[in-house]
Amino acid sequence: MRMKALIIAAAIGTVAGSAFVATASAEDTIYVPLFTYRTGPFAVSGIPIANGMHDYLEMLNQRDGGIGGVKLAIEECETGYDTKKGVECYETVKDKKPVMINPYSTGITLQIIPKASVDKIPVLSMAYGLSASANGTYFPWIFNAPATYWDGASVFVRYIAQKEGGVDKLKGKKIGLVHLDAPYGKEPIPVLEALAKDYGFELVLYPVPAAEMLNQSSLWLNVRRDKPDWIYMQGFGAMNPTAVKEAAKIGYPMDHLIGVWWAGNEADGVGAEGKGYQSLSFTNIGTNFPVIQDIMKHVVSKGKTQTTKDEVGLNFYNRAVYNAILIAEGIRNAQKLTGKKVVTGEDVRRGLETINLTEARLKEIGASDFAPITRVTCEDHNGHNDAFLVQWDGAKWNKASENIKPITDKVIPLADAAAKDYAEKNAGWPKRTEACDKSS
Amino acid sequence: MLYREAGQFKTNYASDLAVFPILQDRMGIAAILLVAFVAVPYFGNDFLLQAIMIPFLIFSLATIGLNLLTGYTGLLSLGTGAFMGVGAYACYKLETLFPGVNIIVWIVTAGFASAAVGVLFGLPSLRIKGFYLAIATLAAQFFLQWCFVRIPWLFNYNTSGAIEVGTHTLFGIPITGPNATSTTRYLIALSIVVVMTWFASNLVHGRIGRMWMAVRDMDIAAELMGIRLLPTKLLAFAVSSFYCGVAGAMLVFLWYGGAEADVFSINQSFFILFMVIVGGLGSLLGSFLGAAFIFILPIFLRYVPPHVGMSIFPATVEHITFMITGGLIIFFLIVEPHGLARLWQTAKQKLRVWPFPY
Repeated sequence: MRMKALIIAAAIGTVAGSAFVATASAEDTIYVPLFTYRTGPFAVSGIPIANGMHDYLEMLNQRDGGIGGVKLAIEECETGYDTKKGVECYETVKDKKPVMINPYSTGITLQIIPKASVDKIPVLSMAYGLSASANGTYFPWIFNAPATYWDGASVFVRYIAQKEGGVDKLKGKKIGLVHLDAPYGKEPIPVLEALAKDYGFELVLYPVPAAEMLNQSSLWLNVRRDKPDWIYMQGFGAMNPTAVKEAAKIGYPMDHLIGVWWAGNEADGVGAEGKGYQSLSFTNIGTNFPVIQDIMKHVVSKGKTQTTKDEVGLNFYNRAVYNAILIAEGIRNAQKLTGKKVVTGEDVRRGLETINLTEARLKEIGASDFAPITRVTCEDHNGHNDAFLVQWDGAKWNKASENIKPITDKVIPLADAAAKDYAEKNAGWPKRTEACDKSS
Repeated sequence: MLYREAGQFKTNYASDLAVFPILQDRMGIAAILLVAFVAVPYFGNDFLLQAIMIPFLIFSLATIGLNLLTGYTGLLSLGTGAFMGVGAYACYKLETLFPGVNIIVWIVTAGFASAAVGVLFGLPSLRIKGFYLAIATLAAQFFLQWCFVRIPWLFNYNTSGAIEVGTHTLFGIPITGPNATSTTRYLIALSIVVVMTWFASNLVHGRIGRMWMAVRDMDIAAELMGIRLLPTKLLAFAVSSFYCGVAGAMLVFLWYGGAEADVFSINQSFFILFMVIVGGLGSLLGSFLGAAFIFILPIFLRYVPPHVGMSIFPATVEHITFMITGGLIIFFLIVEPHGLARLWQTAKQKLRVWPFPY
């Protein structure tokens, strides 16, 4: 036994030793790590997201030879949606000089936010993470375009006001919020509370503990008793289909149940039962866009990905493609601003800050009517862009409304106050010293 | 050959009762401490310190805490994660209420809050044993985790519900928050763990440890010998929770730099319990070995394929790592049901008689 143990120990030791010999990354590539979760309880959502991000960047490599003639070194790090593993991933990729981090988990984002300015690595948390980090003055290294959860909740309120026939009709209405009882799920509460006060509707909270995601019957009994007029759902993973099923079971009018954009996975619709269920979105569905066609042509049909043909064009896949477009725009702008080919994290921070996806620019990259017009500035790292609704028809998602503006005059002051509060609570939060570039 | 005690004479009782009676053991400990305090921070990179060594130390401390309760006193607990959480939240509250006091003081003080909560949930241990006690501590786990989510005072009414760690300094050097280098945080974690391990070693080798072990081996016999069960068991709960609480505070303040309640879930409790079982019940060395096995081994396995030039998809690596780790746990438990610590003991015994085994 001892001999065996020694051999095992020696083997482990050798591997350990070699693990710490820093691998020098090739000089002529841009290193883009992607934090993904293809395993674990949230893999259903994680796989299309991982595929979409990977495929668009891989398509740039195949079609254009990278960005500005420099190939992208795409590397996935598996987080399993676990904060511990996310931190481990961050430490792993940090030494390889990544140009940005895409944490793809609100929990991981919260951990990385304070490190970003120290390690000089920008963080792109596309429409997730800390809503307050939309403020570029306090969070120069964090980007969460195109919209915050607070924008999403206010789009929901504006939509129901339209349906009810005006903001004044909201008075006395009862609006439920079914949310995951975790930082992510609690994000929209402050903005909904503020709007409830202003518009005079009543907000009822239905928290779903993470451990009880699959067991929501008692919660929906309460919903049946309270009879809220509309329900907004800030859920994720297995919580969403469970909620949709329960709502169908108690006979809740499905088109009055509206999920945030992360509650819009194909699995969340649960087939015919969920017919009518709506979810917010800012990216379009389907494959009928030049950018998606290019991915099909250069990546999927050549077998350079794990994506199967029918997965292309699904809701989360397309949203991840948009995320990758932001990554690419950030790098491209950084190259333009600095004149360098191989850019660093500091350059890309400036690049992200000058993102200006106009209608014309979107057309150029083949994404017009696919992705929202997005503009990031030094002060505003978000854009507070429009969102629209998609509706589940029993088999797939369909666009169900025009673009709806968030109630920015309510959301932005709240976000700014929260950013200030965050900086005050974290004694010694660094003041912004990064200069501001002109938008390209 | 090298490892034997021939010629080492004990001339007084103190040297006969020493924790490490053999010179080679003492030299080994000194060498490990030297490596840990000098070589690792000097040669190690950020990844080694931040992603491996700091969490390893923290989990080792939590494992020692649970080992004192489960391994030494024989009381099964599933509330470790929650007790760690109490330490973390207590430290956070103390730190924000009295920002002038050095953070290391609060990290250690937070252990007392955890100890108090531990005693409270240890009360049923006088009447219930074994699996039934495990269920009672499970209640602690769920209740406390509920508190972390639902009592906004605990996280200072933060909208995101998470606790965040600002920058604190010691002699002008930042030791927590994003500006603290991993080397300083590692050295602080190491110092705390070394001191607390030494303290635990003294506890278990002394009167209190013997009382605990007597209770573990047969509590009726222990009672007949004059050991009062309730204070003994409650003391075990208090000390165990103290260790877990300090580990929890370190987890947030020296490693994560911020946390949500989910970190202290039931999974964390199981994680620590596995470390205790794989490492060896009733062994301080086993606590370190168990923590290394459960926490570090998967990280190594994840980095094997890329380093031998195989390009396996990260998700596949994740699945394979799961399987290999699971397989190895079963393998080691079959080979040595008493844990890795026992394996080391056997190896030591064989070394002493090598090359002439009898």
